[in-house]
Amino acid sequence: MSEINREAVAHLARLAHIEMTDAELDRMAGELDVIVDSIKSVQEAAGDDVPATSHPIPLTNVFREDVVGETLTNEQALSGAPDSADGRFKVPAILDEE
Amino acid sequence: MSELTRHSAARLAEMLAAKDVSSVEVTQAHLDRIAEVDGNVNAFLHVNTEEALAVAADVDKARAAGEELPVLAGVPIAIKDLIVTVGQPTTAGSRILEGWMSPYDATVIKKIRAAKMPMLGKTNLDEFAMGSSTEHSAYGPTRNPWDLGRIPGGSGGGSAAAVAAFEAPLALGTDTGGSIRQPASVTGSVGVKPTYGGVSRYGAIAMASSLDQIGPVSRTVLDSALLHEVIGGHDPHDSTSLTDPVGSLAEAARTGDVRGLRIGVVRELQGEGYDAGVQARFDESLELLRGAGAEIVEVSCPNFRYALGAYYLIMPSEASSNLAKFDGVRYGQRVLPADGPMTIERVMGATRAAGFGDEVKRRIILGTYALSAGYYDAYYGSAQKVRTLVQRDFDAAFAKADVLISPTAPTTAFKLGEKLDDPLAMYLNDVATIPANLAGVPGISVPGGLADGLPVGIQFLAPAREDARLYRAGHVLESLLEEKWGGPLLAQAPDLAAAETMSGAN
Repeated sequence: MSEINREAVAHLARLAHIEMTDAELDRMAGELDVIVDSIKSVQEAAGDDVPATSHPIPLTNVFREDVVGETLTNEQALSGAPDSADGRFKVPAILDEE
Repeated sequence: MSELTRHSAARLAEMLAAKDVSSVEVTQAHLDRIAEVDGNVNAFLHVNTEEALAVAADVDKARAAGEELPVLAGVPIAIKDLIVTVGQPTTAGSRILEGWMSPYDATVIKKIRAAKMPMLGKTNLDEFAMGSSTEHSAYGPTRNPWDLGRIPGGSGGGSAAAVAAFEAPLALGTDTGGSIRQPASVTGSVGVKPTYGGVSRYGAIAMASSLDQIGPVSRTVLDSALLHEVIGGHDPHDSTSLTDPVGSLAEAARTGDVRGLRIGVVRELQGEGYDAGVQARFDESLELLRGAGAEIVEVSCPNFRYALGAYYLIMPSEASSNLAKFDGVRYGQRVLPADGPMTIERVMGATRAAGFGDEVKRRIILGTYALSAGYYDAYYGSAQKVRTLVQRDFDAAFAKADVLISPTAPTTAFKLGEKLDDPLAMYLNDVATIPANLAGVPGISVPGGLADGLPVGIQFLAPAREDARLYRAGHVLESLLEEKWGGPLLAQAPDLAAAETMSGAN
C-alpha cells in the first residue's frame, strides 16, 4: 500500500488550492492509492548509475536579443480578468483580517 | 452530404487551384455538414461561420486576381480547443475557461492564417487534454462516427471525429501521451505527433511541457504531410522549438516505395493486452509491407514496461505546476466561497474546486504528491531515469530499424462510460503511444482495417527529426490497404445523416 490516505489528500488539496468535500477526499484517496500502487514499479527500473532525463531533445539555454519586443497591451492583458481596476488585476484581500 | 466534403485536402487544393470550385463553396459545404451531423457527433465546441466564410471569400478574390497563393489556401480546417485563437473562444474543454477569449494567437494559428486556410471552429477534448475518450470534457462527450455509442478517443476526440465525420478535411491536435494518434486509431483517420520541438507549442495551453506536441489530423497521410509543412518550423516564442528546416514531407509521402526500408516490430507492443482483432489487422499490415519489399526485423524495448508508470508521474507533476495559473485572478472564472473570510486563497480554492473536473483534480493532486518533499526522488526522480532508459531502448531499436511499427492502441473504440469510473483502465489505452512522448520521437497512426466493424490503427515511429520516414512508410501502407479495400476505410463508415434522421424521429 502507498501512503495516500484521506489526511494526505486533504494536505495535498490545500497545497494545490483546491477545496474538497469530505466525500471527494474519501473517493480521491481510494483512487490515488490504487494509481500510485500501480506506478511505483518505476522505482525498481533504474539503478544509481542511470542519469535522469528532464527533456526529450538535448537543448541549451535560449536567449533573445535584448531589445523591446511585441507584447500585449495593458488592455489586452486585462481583457480576460474577472476583476480589474486602474489598469491592474484586482483580487480579494491577501491576508485574513483577524 | 455535399460530395465536396468527401475529398481529401490535397484534392480540394487541386480543385481550388484549377478554379473548379470556390473556397466559399468548399467552406459552406463543410459548415452545412457540421449543421447536419454535429448535433449527434458533438465534435465542435464553437463554429466559426462568419470568419471562415470571410477568409474563403478573400481567397477566392485573390485567386480571381491571379495572386500567387499557398498550397492549402482556401482549404478549411478545424482547431482543437486547447490552442488559443483571437476571435474565437478557447475553453480547453474546461468550465474554468468558459467563454474566455485569448488576446493572442498561437503560432500555429498565425501560420494557418498566413496559409489562408478558413478556420471552421474549435473542437472538443478531454478537459485540458487529460483523458483518452473525450468524456472528461466539461461540455459533453464527442461520439465516434463509426458508432455513436462509442468513444472517439482522446484527448483529441473532437478533431478526429470531425475529420472522420467529413465535417472538416483537416484539423489540428495536440499529443502528450497519444492524444492525436489514439483518436486517429479508433476513428479510422490519420494523426501525427511530430518530433518534439518540430512544431511550436506557443499558444497551446500546456499540460506537460516536456511531452506536449501540436500535430496534424486528417483522413490521408499526404494531407497530414501538407499540413505539417504549414505548421512546422522554428519559433522564437517557444524556447524548445527546433531550428531545423521542416523538410519535404509531402514529397516523402509521395515516394511510394518501402523497398529496403527496415521496419522494426516492437516485441513489447503487441501480444498480451492487445485485442485479437487488433493483432490480426497488425499482422496483415506487416505481411503487406513485407510483400512490398520492406525488411521486417524484430526489436526489443524492455524498458517500455515502465513507460506508463513514468508517464503517470511526469505528466501529472508538470500538469500540477502548469495548471497553477488557473486561479481566478488573471483570466477565466472566479468563484467566491459560500461563507467565511473572503481571502484570495479561499477564492482560489473555491474557483479551482468549481472550475476543474474530477480527472484534472486527480492529476493535480497526484502531481503535487509526486513532487512533494520526501517523495520527489522516489517518484519524479525515478520516472526521469526511466525516461533515459526508454530513450536508450529507442536508440538500440533504431540501430537495427529505420522505423518501428506497432498497433496504435491495444483495443478498438470502447463504449461511452465503460472506463469512466476506472482511471487506471483508461490510462492503459495509451500504453503504445506514450514511449514516443517520453523520448520526443515522432509517430503516426494510419487506418489498418476493421475489427468487429470498428477501426484499428497502425503506428509507425521514427527517430527524432526523421518525421519524413513516417510519411513515406505511412503512405505506402495506406496505398496497399486501400487497394485491398477498394477505397478508403472511411468509405465503409455508417451514414451519419441517416442516424441524425432516425434520432430526430425518435
